[in-house]
Amino acid sequence: MTAAPGHNPTFAARGPAERLAEAAPFLLVPLLAAAGWLAIPQGSSWLTLTVSGLAMGMMIFIMASGLTLIFGLMDVINFGHGAFVSVGAFVGVGALAALDGLTGAPSPALNALALALAAAAAMLATGALGWAFERAIVRPVYGAHLKQILVTMGGLIVIEQLILVIWGPSEIFFSRPEAFKGALTFAGAAIEKYRLVAVGVGLALFLAMRTALRATRIGLIVRAGVENREMVEALGYRLRVVFVGVFVAGSALAGLGGVMWGLYEEVITAHMGGALMVLVFIVVIIGGLGSVEGCFLGALLVGLMQNYVAFLEPKLALISNIGLMVAILMWRPQGMIPVVKAK
Amino acid sequence: MLKRILSGDMPQSRALGLILLAILIGLAFAPFLFPGTRSLDTAARICVFVALAASYDLLLGYAGIVSFAHTMFFGLGAYGVALASDGMGRSFGALAAGSLAGALAAAALALLVGLFSLRVRAIFFAMITLAVASAVAVLFSQLSGITGGEDGLNYRIPRALTAAARYAEEPFLGMRLTGKVLNYYLVFFGALILFLALLRVVNSPFGRVLQAIRENEFRAEAIGCRVVWHRTAATVISAVSAALAGSLYAIWLRYVGPDTVLSFEIMVDILLMVVIGGMGTMYGAAVGAALFVLAQNYLQALMGAAAEAAAGVPGLPLILDPDRWLLWLGALFILSVYFFPTGVVGRLRGR
Amino acid sequence: MSDPILTLEEVHTDIGRYRILQGVNLVAPRGAVTMLLGRNGVGKTTTLRTIMGLWRARSGRIVFDGADIAASPTPAIARAGIGYVPEDMGIFSDLTVEENMILAARSGPLAEARRERIFAAFPPLRTFWRKPAGTLSGGQKQMLAIARAMAEERRLYLIDEPTKGLAPAIVAAMASALRALKAEGASILMVEQNFSVARHLGDHAAVMDDGRIVWTGAMAELAGDRALQERLMGLSLDAHGGR
Repeated sequence: MTAAPGHNPTFAARGPAERLAEAAPFLLVPLLAAAGWLAIPQGSSWLTLTVSGLAMGMMIFIMASGLTLIFGLMDVINFGHGAFVSVGAFVGVGALAALDGLTGAPSPALNALALALAAAAAMLATGALGWAFERAIVRPVYGAHLKQILVTMGGLIVIEQLILVIWGPSEIFFSRPEAFKGALTFAGAAIEKYRLVAVGVGLALFLAMRTALRATRIGLIVRAGVENREMVEALGYRLRVVFVGVFVAGSALAGLGGVMWGLYEEVITAHMGGALMVLVFIVVIIGGLGSVEGCFLGALLVGLMQNYVAFLEPKLALISNIGLMVAILMWRPQGMIPVVKAK
Repeated sequence: MLKRILSGDMPQSRALGLILLAILIGLAFAPFLFPGTRSLDTAARICVFVALAASYDLLLGYAGIVSFAHTMFFGLGAYGVALASDGMGRSFGALAAGSLAGALAAAALALLVGLFSLRVRAIFFAMITLAVASAVAVLFSQLSGITGGEDGLNYRIPRALTAAARYAEEPFLGMRLTGKVLNYYLVFFGALILFLALLRVVNSPFGRVLQAIRENEFRAEAIGCRVVWHRTAATVISAVSAALAGSLYAIWLRYVGPDTVLSFEIMVDILLMVVIGGMGTMYGAAVGAALFVLAQNYLQALMGAAAEAAAGVPGLPLILDPDRWLLWLGALFILSVYFFPTGVVGRLRGR
Repeated sequence: MSDPILTLEEVHTDIGRYRILQGVNLVAPRGAVTMLLGRNGVGKTTTLRTIMGLWRARSGRIVFDGADIAASPTPAIARAGIGYVPEDMGIFSDLTVEENMILAARSGPLAEARRERIFAAFPPLRTFWRKPAGTLSGGQKQMLAIARAMAEERRLYLIDEPTKGLAPAIVAAMASALRALKAEGASILMVEQNFSVARHLGDHAAVMDDGRIVWTGAMAELAGDRALQERLMGLSLDAHGGR
């Protein structure tokens, strides 16, 4: 190898401070868990709360991940994202009700199959809805944030109302399939089985998404597009097509999050998605708009914070998450893992 | 004279001028033109919402900022009056103190939210205000010891403002001159002053800088406008006006509750009023608010009748149900943003 | 100039309310290097961006290899065979050098021989192959930007100021890499302010002023005529970029 004349390649060694700054967001989750341990008197309560905090965080991550990528890629902020959460919950729960042969069966495998089918139905429905939403609502207002916010908010209202038209005005109560009811006891703490399922699904999804973003060409296009849309197009990629794909996938994930949340609460309402958007927005803001990793960490922080504070002082649960958002934005105004933007 | 009152911002369209005049006359003489408790109630609601929508338009239309916390400020003003009347007993002093406290609280909160999120990134503002507003709404409905929780607060206002007070033996033009009428005029003139003050703000040099920032943030910054300062100031002025409108509403209703003054539904209503009336014109907010409140009161009844008439057709009664009125408003809202971005006023002015 | 790879006819481009290009007529011959010269702010970068479809021409024709591409979307223009190195290099700093190159080779995996040729021209890229591109130095980023354009066979290269802000030693490395590209018979349209690079690399020159091409001809002719240089660009290129 012959180096260019007079040029010796160097790679600036990074000091410990820089490494710490990079790792800091990843340390916040264990840090918050430790703070919870100090604040909560009994170890068993702490364990129960931590698991439910993680479960809640994972479900919020599933809903929020699409939103953050949609913004990162096309600078589109979709206030209607919550509608996909609600629609997903209603379709999924409807599918479960139709599959009562499987849900009622004493076999855990059949119960799990019912759950998987319900999730698939929800994702299919919300993915299709997302495709239509992108075409009809979002496409005409690219590049105009003000109109985007207004129009997607209008879309949320219309879809919520249509849910009321189709499924009726009252909330729907139901119960999870037998295999997902009840709790396990571990170190004196009661841990609901379903929460473990939620943690597992969320973690698997996060890892799959991370792998897809790093190891596939589409993933590279998405990551590159978040940073510099123009250059990706100047390399010959039709980013618009990729974006529609991301929008559909993000909507399908919101639907999946909706089913999972519905099963967690065992009650669904047309407004559940809109209400959850408050937490979803906090998560994408503190994570750094456009960053999947940031979104994941942010979701875990919000989930843990919500559960710890709800145990200690129920009235302050939501306010504590506003406080978390303020603290993180004071520390890093662009969120925990800021996304590099070319322009 | 008229030009000075309107801060030089004339309607610029004969039709618009006539509509505004009709609204003004209708509201000014409402107790005599439309006797009856329900009509007077509607008129008072229109007054309050004209002021509220105008204060929102300062942000949305003139500064180009989307906020979802406007009902929070409205609610602060309303709860200020309610809590003061609850704590200090019925008196004009309580009304004044409550209004002032609500306005100050709104100003402080708006300053915090504004400095915090506008400094970072304008797009954050919409998301952060949504989060903060819902947290505050949840807080107000949970702190039941102070705010009455979900049930809200009933309180008493000075007797001089209630129907129990009589100011004339004989009815005047068919209306009994009670404290209720006086109360209405308090609301009417309060709202009118707020509206004219906002009209002055948007036509001042400050208002023009706001519009310059809305048109091109970078250019405005380049020619020396302090963008964050101007946007934050607009947020504070808008919040204080909303709080005062909330105080008027609380004085009129003698009741506050989360659903009445803090709910997200009201936020949606305000958005619709401003967009349908026409963003970026104070008159649009006035026309939008008047149209909206009238429609809300009378169209829902019409929808009910239509639903009954369509009873035989499958599906139709469901979407014509008066409870589904937001469905139609939502659709109308989307269509207005696409096809009538300048709203009713823009149409009338031929733009 | 009988066989142009790219022809611009009366191209007008507006950015916002500003009229940047006001009737550009430009011919880039096949298999040659055309240098686009001129003072700052006369529209050279806008010309390249208009060709790529990153700004839309308000009027005029842009003919690439016989087809009018003035109305084509950017990805289609790139697919037609144009490699583009923007002024700000357009590096994806969150991606590794390798990932940047994978994306650049759109039609398939990066061929082994091509990769070795790129490594030979730009050795630091081999060293930092697995590192995030954001951690490269300015010169290394520029190398990556040009390497990306070379990741596939292109019919035309648009290169915007490849030596801007680089140390002299790196400018030399860059120039030799571009000479190698030229030796392969590539067609290149390049904006360059460094005259010694422009003079040695360019076959043809086109000088812009005020949104128009004001002079075209052989690079040698321009390089040999100081009076002409001064008239066209307000200063002698020798005084500006000489050794």
